Amino acid sequence: MAGQGPTPSQTVGPFFGFAMPFPDDTRAVSGDGVRIEGQLLDGAGEPVPDGLIEVWQGEEFARCRTDPEGVFHFVVSKPPANGSHAPHLELYVFARGLLRQLATRLYFPDEEAANAADPALELAGDRRGTLVARDEGGILRFDIRLQGEGETVFFEL
Amino acid sequence: MSAQTTEEAFEPPYLWPAYRSTVLRAPKQPLVRLPSEWFHTIPGPVYGRVPVRPEDADLTRQHAGEPLGERIILTGRVLDSDGRPVRGTLVEIWQANAAGRYVDPSDQHPAPLDPNFTGAGRCLTDAEGRYRFVTVKPGAYPWRNDHNAWRPAHVHFSLFGSQLSSRLVTQMYFPGDPLIPQDPILEAIPDPRGRERLVAAFDREVTQPEWALGYRWDIVLRGRDATPMEA
Repeated sequence: MAGQGPTPSQTVGPFFGFAMPFPDDTRAVSGDGVRIEGQLLDGAGEPVPDGLIEVWQGEEFARCRTDPEGVFHFVVSKPPANGSHAPHLELYVFARGLLRQLATRLYFPDEEAANAADPALELAGDRRGTLVARDEGGILRFDIRLQGEGETVFFEL
Repeated sequence: MSAQTTEEAFEPPYLWPAYRSTVLRAPKQPLVRLPSEWFHTIPGPVYGRVPVRPEDADLTRQHAGEPLGERIILTGRVLDSDGRPVRGTLVEIWQANAAGRYVDPSDQHPAPLDPNFTGAGRCLTDAEGRYRFVTVKPGAYPWRNDHNAWRPAHVHFSLFGSQLSSRLVTQMYFPGDPLIPQDPILEAIPDPRGRERLVAAFDREVTQPEWALGYRWDIVLRGRDATPMEA
């Protein structure tokens, strides 16, 4: 097996909802954290009701199945900056129609100076705004557009 | 052929029109490449977050009675890119029942549900990177991708490994299934050797006499496992 390359990916399909969720899966921290809410949208601007989003922040992990409106949410703690890298979360998107997961990042709106110096945001160029959440009354709003206008920046795996 | 070329030929593209659901969900902009040290070396911390009980590995013992269908044992090793075992890593599976029906309420296929079968399992790999599930062989089922389309029998697998970049969600297929060559999801993998990697092998040594057929399927995750070889 070694030297043959990794096992290929296949879609998570539409029917994982009875298997992948686990108790408190959307809450990565037991105490206070940042609440993140967003909507997963396809290339027609329609909600993706059968998506799965996973988020990592250091040792923290959370998972959320999108609801019929494509909405997902998490509670995670905000990480510190790491050198020139602004605080951010790593997100994976799985869905029917995604033969491989998509990787993206969430940056924080109150970190303007750090975001301006972040090398990954720099590489995202003029689409960098898709990676920065919006503050909506203490909740961070982060929509993920798979395709089309305002398409979220995704990173190579 | 270099390792990189092999990996690319083994990975399906995002846009694969024969699999219709990709058309509105595949990104159109090119993916942004980050230096690997920025993205690929974050520890995969999920162990302990997802509850795993010993009975979760036996999908035939989760209800009062036994499920209908062909009882099978699914086992194999989870390896890193150097062929070393990935120990103590979470393996999650889910599948249709023997009639080709998922418990998931969004599955509308008019095949019977089985009150004795849910079709979801979890386990952790052992010191040799081995996982083992007892379940029933899932049935094929129709889907509305194109006229008279049927998915080959398959079991969904979700794996984590030791790094963020080793995260893998895939499907395992059964040898000899006539639906395999016409499945657009499997056919999206460019290299036929990559497709073969998703087909388990029937194994008489795994098979238990008078009880269950055995299938062996090894999984290779991206990256090197950070676990020390010896404690």
